[in-house]
Amino acid sequence: MANPIEQFTVRPLIEINLGGLDATFTNASAFMLLTVASVTMFLALSMRGRALVPGRWQSMAELSYEFIAGLLRDNVGSEGRRFFPFVFTLFMFILFANMLGLMPYSFTITSHIIVTFILAMVVFIGVTIVGILRHGVKFFSYFVPSGVPMAVLPLMIPIEIISYLSRPISLSVRLFANMTAGHIMMKVFAGFVIPLGIFGGWAPFGVDVLLVGFEFLVAFLQAYVFTVLTCLYLHDAIHLH
Amino acid sequence: MRIVKKAIIPAFGIFAFAAPAMAAGGGLPQLDLSTYSSQAIWLVISFIALYALMSTIALPRIGEVLEERQNRIDDNLAKAENLKAQADAAVETYEKSLSDARAKAFDAIREVKEKAGAEAHERQSKLTAELSAKIKQAESEIAKAKIDALSGIETVAVDVAAAAIAKLINEPANENSVSSAVSSALKNRT
Repeated sequence: MANPIEQFTVRPLIEINLGGLDATFTNASAFMLLTVASVTMFLALSMRGRALVPGRWQSMAELSYEFIAGLLRDNVGSEGRRFFPFVFTLFMFILFANMLGLMPYSFTITSHIIVTFILAMVVFIGVTIVGILRHGVKFFSYFVPSGVPMAVLPLMIPIEIISYLSRPISLSVRLFANMTAGHIMMKVFAGFVIPLGIFGGWAPFGVDVLLVGFEFLVAFLQAYVFTVLTCLYLHDAIHLH
Repeated sequence: MRIVKKAIIPAFGIFAFAAPAMAAGGGLPQLDLSTYSSQAIWLVISFIALYALMSTIALPRIGEVLEERQNRIDDNLAKAENLKAQADAAVETYEKSLSDARAKAFDAIREVKEKAGAEAHERQSKLTAELSAKIKQAESEIAKAKIDALSGIETVAVDVAAAAIAKLINEPANENSVSSAVSSALKNRT
């Protein structure tokens, strides 16, 4: 049976060394660039016509634009407009990375904790900077929940701080775990198809068909969840509670 | 959010399932620290590249198209509103001229009616005056004729009475006494 975690292996393609720092171009790097290229191609090619009445491809491009714009407007408000390019980039990057990972023999960059953790840290640090720039020292009043008796504040403030600090962890582990688990499950069931023979093999095959559909849902949903949480964190930083 | 939590639970289940394989292959490739620096560098490069491409090319282009469409829609709506106002104004002038014409027609009819009525009245009064004059004339003529007739009757009655008396007594009657008798008899009758 094929090793279900072999698909996550990072293989060096071109050895690059930046002054002692390993910057090897790997299959993961290739899929990152492929993700960038796919998103850009998708948007650039579908908007090429600039039609007044959009066709199918242009509708999809406009839909993604308006989807994220609406998400930002609903969750952050009008102040969120400045962060639209970042949130849009984040959503498209994760969505396309997840979707490309579902192609057979491909590599899922979002199944690596270091990748999702860096993305989550960018969001976390960025949101914190936005909050401090906007509110100064007052930003730290975010950790003091309002309407709570003084007696429980010594308990509440550490809890608030811990929950704030655990945001990048939950954000990154959620995406990483979902992608990894889904791909392992698909691989495990796929691994049973041939060993179970021409009669028994259909059962895991059927399960895998269902799993592929489910994984497409998860791929979209996790990109969406990551983006929505980013919007909510932005809202907290801008409006404080 | 519930679906997210549900998805995490099987994730850890799968890790347990994959544990023997991990032991054989030397652990999850995701936990291989030696790949982290290259992953981080390429992630940063590609994410910044995508951000630059999105914020300078793709998003302005989509935004432009959407804005253009919105402008076009607003423009057409404004145009439609303008045309509607024009149509409303045209309908108003049409209705105004229609009511004007109606009022004018009523005025003309009323004028003609009044004129005809006045004329008829005038004619009638003229005719009435003429008729009453004629009646008066006729009445005076009748009265004159009556007086003539009455005076004629007296002479005739005197003559007849004188002739009758002459026949009865075979001698001419006294004219003066006959005429006084007749006139007194006529006077008694009237």
